[in-house]
Amino acid sequence: MFTFEDLQQKNPALEFQKVDVGGDEAALVSRNDILEVASRLKNEFGFDQVMDALGHDRMEKRDRFEITYNLRNHTTKQRIFLKVRCDERDAHVPSLVSVWTGANWHEREAYDMFGVSFDGHPDMRRMYLPDDFEYYPLRKDFPLMGVPGSLPLPHHEDADPRFDLANRGE
Amino acid sequence: MSKDSTVTLDTLEHEMVLNLGPQHPATHGVLRVLLRLDGETIVSAETELGYLHRGYEKLAENMTYHEYIPHTDRLDYISPVANNVAYVMAVEKLLQLEVPKRGQYIRVLCCELARISSHFMALGALAMDIGALTVFVWALREREKLYDIFDVLTGVRFTVSYMRIGGMAQDISDDSITMIRAFLDGLDDAVNDIGAMLNKNRIFLERTAGIGIMEPQEALELGWTGPNLRASGIAADLRRDNPYLVYNELDFKVITRSECDVLARYFVRFEEIRESAKIIRQCLDKLPNGDFMARDAKRVLPKKGEVYSSMEELINDFMLVNFGQAAPVGEVYHAIEAAKGELGWYLVSNGTGFPWRSKIRSPSFVNLQGLSRLLEGCMISDIVAIIGSIDPIMGEADK
Repeated sequence: MFTFEDLQQKNPALEFQKVDVGGDEAALVSRNDILEVASRLKNEFGFDQVMDALGHDRMEKRDRFEITYNLRNHTTKQRIFLKVRCDERDAHVPSLVSVWTGANWHEREAYDMFGVSFDGHPDMRRMYLPDDFEYYPLRKDFPLMGVPGSLPLPHHEDADPRFDLANRGE
Repeated sequence: MSKDSTVTLDTLEHEMVLNLGPQHPATHGVLRVLLRLDGETIVSAETELGYLHRGYEKLAENMTYHEYIPHTDRLDYISPVANNVAYVMAVEKLLQLEVPKRGQYIRVLCCELARISSHFMALGALAMDIGALTVFVWALREREKLYDIFDVLTGVRFTVSYMRIGGMAQDISDDSITMIRAFLDGLDDAVNDIGAMLNKNRIFLERTAGIGIMEPQEALELGWTGPNLRASGIAADLRRDNPYLVYNELDFKVITRSECDVLARYFVRFEEIRESAKIIRQCLDKLPNGDFMARDAKRVLPKKGEVYSSMEELINDFMLVNFGQAAPVGEVYHAIEAAKGELGWYLVSNGTGFPWRSKIRSPSFVNLQGLSRLLEGCMISDIVAIIGSIDPIMGEADK
């Protein structure tokens, strides 16, 4: 079974912090190392599937956002988690789409929900919400009931006022 | 606006942009695909999601672990009970709670009933999109019997919310066992009828064979799971690879096909219905006696009768309903093989009764990621066959 110590043997300079995710192997690496770690995991240790990538708002002053990649080796059936963190004011991490094409939509979803952008992503757009939406709803400071007026109803200059929902009653 | 919605026509004006969906009956819900066409050939396609986004991950952070169970029904609404199982198993892994054997067998049985229900819908909808309306009606007839079973087994026909943390709402009754056995006895004929209509039907074969080819390596890279991946020749099945519940005590085959096309995905689902029936029969034969719910007063809801008659149970019920299970601080991920693929929950707990983060790993979302790649180079008439063969459920893909 793969452990992150095996990875460190190949690259002694690598620094990581072990994390426990329900008994599965998991580690937190720095933003600068993640691309190299990811390509080694794929090419040397056979982690060929990226099952998921999720954002997570830790609500802490430093390293507020955490992105977790859920990786799987389909030959050995092992699952590991690779984590990376970034600050709120500097909310971007390297994209792993160049390593696993399947990370594409997962990273878009994390961007949509947390506002963490992925450097080098081929298509960094929102996944679910409208492109002109200004907030990131899964951040802990976004209220459950939403922000009033943040999603304007469709409005058109020439619209019949009777059917113009945005301006009705004015 | 997205870059594909502001496409300019080329000077020769032989390319056009077609907007498929979100209100198109053949897209299985509110899926929107933007297509750039050259005549009838698709040059490129762009999938747009989010028309059914209800923010279930945000909702989960604002309610106790128990309160969230009914919401899981609304994800993949074709097989709700499998979503219940996936969610409560993730929570139980976080709480380190063991469910008794009888409960585990009932859960496997429910999951496989849900798989049959989902696969019938997938086969029926695929056939209907291609023009074989009869098969759709036959498939729905079988699903109607499943709804009747769920009505007796769980008390609800559709959105069952049957599972509880630590077990399930009620034990399996003799009536429902009789109904399930009767359903399984008739199932073979129903599957054979569908097979007789389609498996050698020339129109069906020409619409599906060699269409929408997904190479195994590419399917793995995209993160495909479930019947779609198995139709690309990769025998990946969490029930066999990382057994959960009692799947390692049961005998079943992992169905694979090597053709990688729409027809292969159809045949994988077709065969899996029989395998699921085999698993359910074994569950009914091996069903052990004993508790179906874990005994743990601090973390498992007490029985209603006891709540009304005993002070201790009333207090526990009150605490659990109002404040939830105080889960230990930590993170877990647990996935099951649902009808569409790997359905998992990633839970982050900060030690309160509410999850700090609850991430749904939904198979439909990931499988749809391969759609635009599959559509490129195909004809317009293949779109419905390809979407039908991926079997996306937008409730799950959009969360």
